[in-house]
Amino acid sequence: MKPTTFREITGNSKGYYMLLALLGLTVAAGLGSAWYMEHNGHWVTGMNNQIVWGMPHVFAVFLIVAASGALNVASMSSVFGKTSYKPLAPLSGLMAITLLTGGLMVLVLDLGRPDRLIVAMTTYNFKSIFAWNMILYNGFFLIVGIYLWTMMQRNLNQYSKTAGFFAFLWRLALTTGTGSIFGFIVARQFYDAAIMAPMFIVMSFAFGLAFFLIFLLAAYKWTGREIGSYLINRLQKLLGLFIAAVLLFVVIFHLTNLYVTQHHGVEDFILAGDNIYSGLFWVGYLLLGTIFPLIICYTSAFRASIGWTTAAAILVIAGGLSQMYIIIIGGQAFPLDMFPGKEVSSSFYDGVIVTYSPTAPEVMLGLGGVALAFAATLFAVKILRFLPLSLANAKIDPHHSAQG
Amino acid sequence: MKAKRNTQRFWLAAFIFVLFSFGVMADVPVPDIPEAVKGEQCVEETGFMRRNHMELLLHQRDDTLRKGIRTQKHSLKNCFTCHVVKGADNQPVTVKDSRHFCRECHDYAAVQVDCFQCHTSVPGGAKTTGTRP
Amino acid sequence: MSNTQDHIQDDNQIDSYRRKLLGGGAALAGAAALGSGVFFTSIARAKPDAEPASSEIRWGFLIDTNKCADNCDKCVTACNDEFNLTGFGRPETDAQWIRTVTLRDKKTGHTTKLPLMCQHCAHPPCVDVCPTGASFKRPDGIVLVDKHTCIGCRYCMIACPYKARSFVHETIENQKEYGPRGKGTVESCTLCVHRVDKGEIPACAEACPEKAILFGNMNDANSDIARRMASTVSTEIRGDLRLDLGVRYQGI
Repeated sequence: MKPTTFREITGNSKGYYMLLALLGLTVAAGLGSAWYMEHNGHWVTGMNNQIVWGMPHVFAVFLIVAASGALNVASMSSVFGKTSYKPLAPLSGLMAITLLTGGLMVLVLDLGRPDRLIVAMTTYNFKSIFAWNMILYNGFFLIVGIYLWTMMQRNLNQYSKTAGFFAFLWRLALTTGTGSIFGFIVARQFYDAAIMAPMFIVMSFAFGLAFFLIFLLAAYKWTGREIGSYLINRLQKLLGLFIAAVLLFVVIFHLTNLYVTQHHGVEDFILAGDNIYSGLFWVGYLLLGTIFPLIICYTSAFRASIGWTTAAAILVIAGGLSQMYIIIIGGQAFPLDMFPGKEVSSSFYDGVIVTYSPTAPEVMLGLGGVALAFAATLFAVKILRFLPLSLANAKIDPHHSAQG
Repeated sequence: MKAKRNTQRFWLAAFIFVLFSFGVMADVPVPDIPEAVKGEQCVEETGFMRRNHMELLLHQRDDTLRKGIRTQKHSLKNCFTCHVVKGADNQPVTVKDSRHFCRECHDYAAVQVDCFQCHTSVPGGAKTTGTRP
Repeated sequence: MSNTQDHIQDDNQIDSYRRKLLGGGAALAGAAALGSGVFFTSIARAKPDAEPASSEIRWGFLIDTNKCADNCDKCVTACNDEFNLTGFGRPETDAQWIRTVTLRDKKTGHTTKLPLMCQHCAHPPCVDVCPTGASFKRPDGIVLVDKHTCIGCRYCMIACPYKARSFVHETIENQKEYGPRGKGTVESCTLCVHRVDKGEIPACAEACPEKAILFGNMNDANSDIARRMASTVSTEIRGDLRLDLGVRYQGI
């Protein structure tokens, strides 16, 4: 195999600029929403004293989890030695950074006092998993940045394997930290589970790859560069594997809860309640986000199809957002178990299932984060050499020449 | 030719700068610091207070909140209680009024503080407003 | 009486608190110093201003739910008045530092009513999770939010097993001198720390007509609260979490 040639995309078509403008407008709308929320106070959102984390957190956590997962394609080559993924490693690192940027933008702009970001960056309580996450996020930028540098500057290439290995370890720590935000919460029935950390890691594999696939396939389709069936097929199978792994963790998580009598209430609420969470679980997560994409990934009829693979990736993202909504919002909507065996009532919504109706600004802020991630990626591939000129089978498949 | 144009630009910029400076001077009067209502002397020497009041406030704030030390000498409350400014209705003005003690200098120096997003800015604080049904 | 007062000032802190509660003359001096004239609303003499809160003390409530009257919410009103938690007519986002909760046993139908506020845990989950250390516990066991460093992330509200905290959802302009509160930060019951440091008891305890809320130093074996805790059954809400609460209940 000859070394891969990377080139900037031309990026001067009408379509490119229209896409960039659309994403830019979405980012602007997100920023405007954040300003509106901060100016008026959070009462203009659907969040309240019962549902304290809302749509911004669904998007933020989703993007942060996806960010660490986007690095996975790079890790496949640098850590696990799968050379066919090597040409994709720079884009993988880039998307890890842009997705994290998008997620953090949402998270930070939703704070009650975003003006005090400097306090969050300088004052740490080391018992807080949240404080650890801030270190993990900042470190992730640094380490992935170094990893990209070693990949993109030829005389540093020799270090890229080592950098890739550390980036891989760091991303595992990062997602462990993100999952533990919920796993360490003893107060709430739906959290307080160590499995949250590994479940988030596996979720990150699937979400990250889905984002990566959407960008990669669209970029190659629209720039007219070649991407061969061999690579698409492999990525398809990999996505399928990750979806199945997430399903395993979800099943274990719910089975454990269903076994323990104390948790029957919350399981009943999430899985069989007359509410949005049950719908999101069975239709959003299981049918759309798991079964459909699994069929696409593993049925020969859809093999190596750019369109169907993109569809599978979009479905995984829809399923992932459903999952995040169930965990973050559903976990808060179910009442705290303060008085076992008692019906509880008060003026502060004790003992009742609370409702959450997100308002437009908070959804816009979340979408703004997604748009920022894509806009930054789109811009970066125009100014720097992230994308290989060709991903045709001859360039990727180690056995291709032997067959030919 | 090019050098000449650059010279012209320089003088234009200088002219605008001077004009702008005059404008600033004309618009913002020197702060009219309200006299303390009680006593002749501030809790520390005036010059020292001008330079270091923020350090004193920060120290007192942490001592009071974190440790429960309740001495009042360097408290925020003391600043606007001694240097209270009364409005036409003979009530102390809040920080919304540009005549408020803290604002006189802070407006002039263009230093924004966020103390009063949480703290009251008038001696004694707000009256009890009563619970709405 | 002034001699007693001076003598106590010279003594070490714990002894002085103890003496106050034991000796009638000392207690009277305490009441006189407060100017309240009501004996049972005083806890001790005021802590000298320059003295920091002591870790020898553990302030807390013992709440007798049997005394809590059905249609009474005087503790809630007192708290709201004390801090001007007037609300904006939006129950979902309005702050509640104390609320009355009604419990009905699912099997027997027996009902109980109790006031619920920050439980001032010895091992507070809110303090554990706070990224900036804005949630903290004073040496005397009072759990507070340092609004100077609170960034408004609300993780403490997720972590609190009692839903004791509120987020300020809008601009506030009617703060009391002793009760700063502002948009974008989290707040909760302060155990009326501004009163306690002056030797007064919290507003809710003072307002309760049935004296159902007993305030005092749990570490002082001779305090009313410690003696009553020693002589009757009292429990912690979610005692299974082993948080060592500063608020205990009788009758639940």
